[in-house]
Amino acid sequence: MGRYLSIWLPQLLADRTVLLDPDLQDKAFVLTRAQRGRVMILVASDAAIREGIVPGLVLADARAVLPGLLVFGDKPGQAEELLTGLALWCLRFTPVAAIDPPDGLVLDISGCAHLWGGEVAYLKELLHRLRQAGYRARAAIADTIGAAWALARYGQDNPVISPGTQLEALLALPPAALRLEPLVLERLQKLGLYRIGHFIHMPGTVLRRRFGPQLTERIGLATGQLIESCEPVLPAPIYQERLPCLEPVRTRTAIDIALRQLLQQLCNRLLQERKGLRHAVFKGYRIDGALEQVSIGTNRAVRDVAHLLKLFEQQLATITPALGIELFVLEAPVVEELPVQQETLWQDPGGERDTQLAGLLDRIAGRMGEGAIHRYLPAEHYWPERAIKAALSLQDKTTTAWRTDRPRPVCLLPLPEKITVSVPIPDYPPLSFTSKGQLHRVKKADGPERVECEWWLDQDRVRDYYYVEDEQGARYWLFRSGQYDEHTPEWYLHGYFA
Amino acid sequence: MNGFMSKSEQVQALQREILAMQGFRVRPEREQQDTGLGIINQSFPHHTFPANAVHEFISGAPEEAAATSGFMTGLLGKLDRSGRYLWVSTRRTVFPPAIRLLGLAPDQVIFVDAASNRDALWAIEEGLKCASLAAVVGEVRDLSFTESRRLQLAVEQSRVTGLIHRSGSRLPGVTACVSRWRIRPLPSQTAEGLPGVGFPRWQVELLKIRNGKPGVWQVEWTVSGFRIACLEQAAAVPVLQRTA
Repeated sequence: MGRYLSIWLPQLLADRTVLLDPDLQDKAFVLTRAQRGRVMILVASDAAIREGIVPGLVLADARAVLPGLLVFGDKPGQAEELLTGLALWCLRFTPVAAIDPPDGLVLDISGCAHLWGGEVAYLKELLHRLRQAGYRARAAIADTIGAAWALARYGQDNPVISPGTQLEALLALPPAALRLEPLVLERLQKLGLYRIGHFIHMPGTVLRRRFGPQLTERIGLATGQLIESCEPVLPAPIYQERLPCLEPVRTRTAIDIALRQLLQQLCNRLLQERKGLRHAVFKGYRIDGALEQVSIGTNRAVRDVAHLLKLFEQQLATITPALGIELFVLEAPVVEELPVQQETLWQDPGGERDTQLAGLLDRIAGRMGEGAIHRYLPAEHYWPERAIKAALSLQDKTTTAWRTDRPRPVCLLPLPEKITVSVPIPDYPPLSFTSKGQLHRVKKADGPERVECEWWLDQDRVRDYYYVEDEQGARYWLFRSGQYDEHTPEWYLHGYFA
Repeated sequence: MNGFMSKSEQVQALQREILAMQGFRVRPEREQQDTGLGIINQSFPHHTFPANAVHEFISGAPEEAAATSGFMTGLLGKLDRSGRYLWVSTRRTVFPPAIRLLGLAPDQVIFVDAASNRDALWAIEEGLKCASLAAVVGEVRDLSFTESRRLQLAVEQSRVTGLIHRSGSRLPGVTACVSRWRIRPLPSQTAEGLPGVGFPRWQVELLKIRNGKPGVWQVEWTVSGFRIACLEQAAAVPVLQRTA
């Protein structure tokens, strides 16, 4: 059975409003929303509650009680947004954090608390942090989400329920702690069942007949007879290693040590499962709440600590520890099968398992970005710009041969350059052309080679290519765009031959 | 007397020793690769193209740059090495299908587009250190002496061929590269006045070669490889070398 921690933030929105505007501390203010033609109070500050203004009151009535009441509009969805933010912040305490609208969070803390020296210390630390950030919170730890929820909201003394004793802890609590509908609560109240202990031992069939199926279900969830799951804000990564620091870490050497240790752990695990990572993220949780992270990608599945360390080193300088980093996390979101193989005794240059080359490309990609590396395969298109396609990996093979029957320039301009020409008669190569203000007299020429635009891909004019040589011996690839009878032809320089 | 050598023989023997110390080892006959450079080979130390070194090519206009790319590609194809090629450039214009026409398999070439000269030089150096590559081609604008020295040191460890193409560089300066070339396009020739454009034809100038003799040749790229005509063997020392 797991261990769950439920956090209750009773005045979440009021606390948030004070955080945004510290002047509102100790002032009576409310957040309102228009409902059914009236303006209702959703949230009231502590000062307002002391004056008897409680959520659910109509604003006009509240104004009558306290004329100086400050009123703010409520943004729909703000509570969920805030809770999601807090849940993401809680990821430093556990990998599984979920929101529990309207005013709570649920953390799955199974196997996490010992890192903070026990559940009591863990809870204390978490609440202390929340209070420092400006949120008043209550929390409890129990075997089930239901029991933790109940104790966080209605518990009196001990917030940490030792495993297997949630039933005893629930007995003294009011029925509302079971997350019941108001109608059921009212019925329980009428019958004088003020404590959970009053009815929890009654037979299930009796309870179901009297109060509907919800009550027995909630009892089952709270006691652990039924299993409840929570939906985490971020899916918990499967390949993750965590390293909490005793003291906040600020130096580059310490970060290096942390990274090396985490990589060692992760690679050991990958080796046991015969996997290698393709993508890894190294995160540092700072004590001021910010998250610093760097990520790397590899060309092939890798579990070599030295190589991964080298890839990370290029980026480690971007991590700013500021006041210090308290927790390091290394995740591998993308892993692939990588069978255990004999370490190569001899190099295999150019082979598919050429780790040296893959390592080089990883380093280049790490410094210049994935987009800087290209490899091309032939594509079956006549249109020169489409004659090549990018290979997806180092292992991609050509499916068609490279064409060698047509002249192609060794340098192809990314954009054809417009030129002016003098042409004697249509379909003849030009006598001379001017490019960048320089006149070239054509001495020799080949062509035309007509290339039609593939109409199913793109609409463009036909091109007639000429391979020409000027009097200096320089060789060019020119084309005329468009036909004489249909358009006014335009001439372009598209490349230089060797 | 046998024990005494003439002065020129002594000098030659000493030169051989120096060459061996500098890394131009005489390799056994079967290991020597014929790069198809024919008569140009005579300019190199030991009459072999120094494959495990960094060569520098300079060019001005884009026409010259294209001719240089063509010659470099032909040379790489003739080296006949197993392994991939790394082609690093800051402004890449090379068109892979044309590489096939010049004797190199385009799918064996990995192109790296660097944003700056600095990044490009870093990638070239990393590539030259990687012994599983066949060759590294670098298209950069500037190359200082220190940078070229780093490249040369990397090559001496890994035995990868490095070709650095400096396009549009106004002052070639001094570098630690083993040679400096300049390729210019020449008018092609067709047999018996046939119409059309003939085989690519270049004027290949070997401006500098360490422990070798510079020279100028006319080189044609035909279907079977280089065809070389000697223009002026060890011509008057080119102007560029004197300014350097």
